[in-house]
Amino acid sequence: MRLLPPRSLRRLAVRGAAALLVAAGLAGCLQRETNVQRGDREQVLHRGMGADPSDLDPHLAVNIAEADLASALFEGLVAEDPQDLRPVPGVATRWEISPDQLTYTFHLRPEAKWSDGRPVTAQDFVEGWRRMLTPTLGAENAGLLYVLQGGEAFHKGANRDFGAVGVSAVDAATLRVRLEHPTPHFLSLLTHPAWLPVSLPAVAAHGDPFARGNAWTRPGRLVGNGPFRLTEWAPNRRIVVEKSPTYWDAARVRLNAIHFHPIDNPDAEERAFRSGQLHLTYVLPYGKIEAYRQNSPELLRTDPYLNTYFFRLNVRQAPLNNERVRRALALAVDRTAIVEKILRGGQRPAFSLTPPGLPGYTPPAGSGTDPDAARALLAEAGFPGGRGLPPLELLFNTSGNHRLIAEAVQEMWRRELGVEVRLTNQEFKVVLSERRAGRYQMMLSDWVGDYLDATTFLDLWRSDSGNNHTGWTNPKYDALLFAAARTADPVARASQLREAEQLMLESAPIIPVYHNTHVFLVQPSVRGWHRTLLDHHPYKHVWLEK
Amino acid sequence: MFRFVTSRLLQSLLALFLVITATFFMIRFVPGGPFTAEKAVTPEILRNLEAHYGLDQPLWRQYLDYLGSLAQGDLGPSFKYPNRTVNEIIADKLPVSAELGALALALALFLGITLGTFAAVRRNTWVDYTASTFGMAGISIPTFVVGPLLVLAFAIHLGWFNASGWYGPTDRVLPVVVLGIAYAAPISRLTRGGMLEVLHQDFIRTARAKGASEFRIITRHALRGGLLPVVSYLGPAAAGILTGSFVIETIFQIPGIGREFVNSAFNRDYTLVLGTVILYAVLIMALNLVVDIVQAWMNPKVRLEA
Repeated sequence: MRLLPPRSLRRLAVRGAAALLVAAGLAGCLQRETNVQRGDREQVLHRGMGADPSDLDPHLAVNIAEADLASALFEGLVAEDPQDLRPVPGVATRWEISPDQLTYTFHLRPEAKWSDGRPVTAQDFVEGWRRMLTPTLGAENAGLLYVLQGGEAFHKGANRDFGAVGVSAVDAATLRVRLEHPTPHFLSLLTHPAWLPVSLPAVAAHGDPFARGNAWTRPGRLVGNGPFRLTEWAPNRRIVVEKSPTYWDAARVRLNAIHFHPIDNPDAEERAFRSGQLHLTYVLPYGKIEAYRQNSPELLRTDPYLNTYFFRLNVRQAPLNNERVRRALALAVDRTAIVEKILRGGQRPAFSLTPPGLPGYTPPAGSGTDPDAARALLAEAGFPGGRGLPPLELLFNTSGNHRLIAEAVQEMWRRELGVEVRLTNQEFKVVLSERRAGRYQMMLSDWVGDYLDATTFLDLWRSDSGNNHTGWTNPKYDALLFAAARTADPVARASQLREAEQLMLESAPIIPVYHNTHVFLVQPSVRGWHRTLLDHHPYKHVWLEK
Repeated sequence: MFRFVTSRLLQSLLALFLVITATFFMIRFVPGGPFTAEKAVTPEILRNLEAHYGLDQPLWRQYLDYLGSLAQGDLGPSFKYPNRTVNEIIADKLPVSAELGALALALALFLGITLGTFAAVRRNTWVDYTASTFGMAGISIPTFVVGPLLVLAFAIHLGWFNASGWYGPTDRVLPVVVLGIAYAAPISRLTRGGMLEVLHQDFIRTARAKGASEFRIITRHALRGGLLPVVSYLGPAAAGILTGSFVIETIFQIPGIGREFVNSAFNRDYTLVLGTVILYAVLIMALNLVVDIVQAWMNPKVRLEA
């Protein structure tokens, strides 16, 4: 039965094919130079930046991408050396430190300007820090400013007079800062976005500058003092910043613009890189590391990073309230196998929490891996060969390699110690909520340092820390950190910190697993992108060259 | 007709109210909150944040406040994006998803109906087998396989398109094709089934006896009845396709609302979760109503009854 004449069939088929050809031809005509090619020509950097930022407000920046954007749009008292992130003059040209290390006097450069042309004054820093410490803003990183004299009292509402906080403008070009205690890493700390100035009039023009929900960071509104100024912010599309003509050192800024592409899916980001849309990716999917190492090693970077993965053990519950059990578990983890067999991205086995490479601090050696000693400890604890020990639960969230690490360690503990471990996989915020409530036995965690000092890791285990979550406290540990904070001599201070870390590791409320690396892709034309521990790359020192 | 529409609207309003209420309380009982983060905020900061967003009020009070502002068309501030409101986010992202969805739906209808009709007309020939293979493949191969494959071929190897993003007109091509094919496949199956049923009925034989051309028989007589299954499928399908696809928007990094359905839940962005759910519910209800009306018009056997 033939219902349709073959001619009309053919005609339709021919028309469809023609339409397809026209579409393909159009696409072929539109084949243009890639972002990377044009960017190289025009000094426009295209970079992937992970998930879309929540806001461009430097005082509300909480993740690395937000801090990175803030570093392009704003400049603090000190800036960072592009190679080792050592503090170098920023808005301040020089500074004096009093002999007791409690008073810092910063001298601001008169040529520093906001993007609306107004000079940057000492008062702008006072206002910025006041905003940061004002409780109604709810800034997540306000605690970093507690080193300021009276900062904590003001933030917690014990004192409502900001005049009592240790920061004041002596004159337009001189800022005096009083600290709560000597802080040898204070200048490094100042490179964190929490310390950036804001132009208060520009913020106040769009709402209460001391409350959330102020939309002053939109293009055309945002006033910054950094090497770049905001020209476009299309959520989930891109953020464009252009070289700022008002920046005091504009002559040294070589990039004309940076396009930040928010790509929250690592596979999509890698495809965008391959099609020439990006100079730099934010990350690289773990499964692709080996392929790049084999085929295009010149595009692959595995930089050391201030990030350690570890297990938290809840010491409030049996059997993990037994220090011997915890130490046995720590001794039985074969970190080298995890790093070499699973991760393969240049990570290093971790026996301390603080990663290597921090200036002036060498972490303690830790206990190492020793299954025999582990078995002996477990037997001493009353569980020879794991007998009598109830199954332990290991909590982790779905992300990256977490499941693989959890399974590997589960097997190591079973094989070496006879300990049964059940794996529990939950969504991220559920994990965080269980952790806060103390409803877990062991969990996979990681911590990224905020600044180049061991305290960014060691403060976690103070008894008053909101990020401890293990229930482990030790008055001696607290005392050592307290004393270190008040020790001006850097060598003596480092040895106090090391003693504290040693003390904590011996008691094993945590089991360090590995020091992470930052794995990403970069086009060879990107210059000045140095290996830095914090993954900071001051954009005024970056340029593109074939 | 009027009674039918009014009664359906009232039913929809009730259903919408139930959806809002259920969503409001369900999302609140999920562990974790909008300010739960790796780095814990101090209790003082948390209290300030909660006070700012009214989360320190009793839950029933928050619920009534929410209904109150909703009645004025205000979906509230986003928790995740502190300087944007949910209204702004939807206004910004829905048009993107709707554009992608409308183009994909047009492609899906064209491809699906054409293939389905050919398959029915040339039943059990190579045409039918080819169309059926396409249908089965399109239904069973997920978009997260087709998408990256097309990107590999057309963006990375041929360099015709961007691999991801939503900047110029060419960025529409790959996602529209992937999403279009995914919807074309079931449409072609439904069209084929519907057409087969219609083509054997008496009125077609009558038309043929009158000497109408086959082309006219198909387009004028058979399609109207043959497409009935497609139309009932289209109601929910159009609501789904217009509000974006999480998978397509993630593969191609499209700034649409589809990703917010999932991400807002992960972020515990309570107001955005509610905003997207309300949007989807309203669209589903509206489109189902449209489908019912269209079906009555297409099929004399269907009567609209309240």
